Amino acid sequence: MSNLICLFVVIPLFTAFLIGILYKLHNSVAETLANVCIFALTCLSVLFISQVAGNNALVYKIGGWIPPFGIVFVIDSLSVLMLVLVNTVSLFAVIYSISYMERYTSKPYYYILFLLMLVGMNGIIITGDLFNLFVFIEIASISSYALVSFGIQHEELEASFKYMVIGEIASTFILFAIILLYAWGGSLNMADIAFRINSDSLGTANSMVKFVSVLFIFGFGVKAAIVPFHAWLPDAHPSAPAPISSMLSGVLIKVLGIYALTRVLYSVLGITPVIQNVLLTLGAISMVAGALLALPQIDFKRMLAYSSISQVGYILLGIASGNFIGITGGLFHLVNHGVFKSLLFMDAGSVELGTKTRKLNELGGISEKMPITHGSFLAGALSIVGMPPFNGFWSKLLIIIGLAQSNHTGLALLAICIAVVTLAYYLKIERSVFWGKLKEGLQFVKEAPFSMAFSMIMLAIICFVGGLLYFHPILKDAAQVVHQGTAYANHLLK
Amino acid sequence: MLPYVFCIILVGIGLYTVLTKKNLLKIAIGFCLVEYGVNLFIVMVGYRWNGLPPIMLTPDDKTLFVDPIPQALVLTAIVIGLATTAVLLAIVVRVYKRYGTLDLTELKRLKG
Repeated sequence: MSNLICLFVVIPLFTAFLIGILYKLHNSVAETLANVCIFALTCLSVLFISQVAGNNALVYKIGGWIPPFGIVFVIDSLSVLMLVLVNTVSLFAVIYSISYMERYTSKPYYYILFLLMLVGMNGIIITGDLFNLFVFIEIASISSYALVSFGIQHEELEASFKYMVIGEIASTFILFAIILLYAWGGSLNMADIAFRINSDSLGTANSMVKFVSVLFIFGFGVKAAIVPFHAWLPDAHPSAPAPISSMLSGVLIKVLGIYALTRVLYSVLGITPVIQNVLLTLGAISMVAGALLALPQIDFKRMLAYSSISQVGYILLGIASGNFIGITGGLFHLVNHGVFKSLLFMDAGSVELGTKTRKLNELGGISEKMPITHGSFLAGALSIVGMPPFNGFWSKLLIIIGLAQSNHTGLALLAICIAVVTLAYYLKIERSVFWGKLKEGLQFVKEAPFSMAFSMIMLAIICFVGGLLYFHPILKDAAQVVHQGTAYANHLLK
Repeated sequence: MLPYVFCIILVGIGLYTVLTKKNLLKIAIGFCLVEYGVNLFIVMVGYRWNGLPPIMLTPDDKTLFVDPIPQALVLTAIVIGLATTAVLLAIVVRVYKRYGTLDLTELKRLKG
């Protein structure tokens, strides 16, 4: 089974280049190949769930080199949780693209870039080597810069340039941190570095870890759009085509930002109370600032983008709370946010496709014209504000309980208050887009085509039943991986 | 120690250029400087004074060798840097075609 791990990178990479060769044969070659490839990846990731039960970890050694020397791919419960999320969201995004991308030219390039972005994300999740992590981050980032500017209109280019300059400076800092770690420890294997930091005999590890942690928090913080580093997100995410917005907000900021940060800080460097407090502060600031900045927005997708910043703050608070329930809540919210934020961006894309505008003051009363879009938007919005049967409620509840248990009562109360603010701005969208009287000029609005409607309905169903994930052992196993910290190394070096 | 200081200075000049210049091409150049500074640092990390190329003639060869891994890493980093610079310049060209200017302060359609 561990030989199959490399397929998560090989299949999309191979398909991307296959599309590049074959797309001239027929119009639908590109989308067919992309859909089949991502469907296969989703099935493969679901297959791995049973393999890692009970905190088992699978290791694939590239070229047969033993771990500290060669590059390894590692799959543990946290990786599988992320793989299932990433590939499922990608599957629905790529199904959604079939109809949505009709109005763009050069669709094959879109699918090639989409698959390369997926290569990067899958690679980040499964790699066990720090430099390899950097390479995959760059693959995912470069494809996302190109995808943000895909429409090559004024706004897209401006957003892409801003995103690219900020994102690349962050990547360079990540590289710098990785090289510093190599210079100190003489190894790039994550488990090996964790082991060397733990068994440090010279006493130099402590100061080095502090310095490197700062660089990593900056680098991954930019990728995750945590608040002092968030300036690119509200421009980049709304400018991209809708399926790409949903991929960027739904999974890219989590894989490149939150997952990589968690893996490096918790499993490799080892978390300290100081770093934990830094993360808690950053999380709280993101949560508050994102929500308050979202309130006055008049652009549908821009408001959703600010909402992403706020929800990333929740995830960070959960993961940094330091106790098991909080970490479970953080990871649970990460999965849930991936599902409902991609759903909400797909709804925004569907509204934009139907009405040709995303300004909230030009829209109104289209709920009768677009019942499926409205219904699925309602499911997503109810999840994100935390209404009981939907998945968002359970994860926010776990985060708040986790914060209260580790004596951060103030932050727990703040999280509850921000949930109310979240409700306020989703009510604003609901009121000005779907409810009320139909605005002039919107009489001929049609419902989204089949493939878009299908993706939205499926994601809405996942939002509704997603709360049941709490009872699946994979979530607790994943939280266990984060909670046990540098004991991650033992899986690989035994 | 001195070469490391030069790396930091190079990164500093690059960051200063990115932060203060208004011309898109100058920002691209500043970004390249940051990248070269880090690449130079990678090469420094692997260098040993008076070290030989890492070719072992016998299994227990005790000669001082330079570290070959950073050399492999820096090649990868340079190739990635090439790709990012190419994409960045492609975007700059497109921006010039759309806006007719390379002035950063003219790019102000997105706000809020």
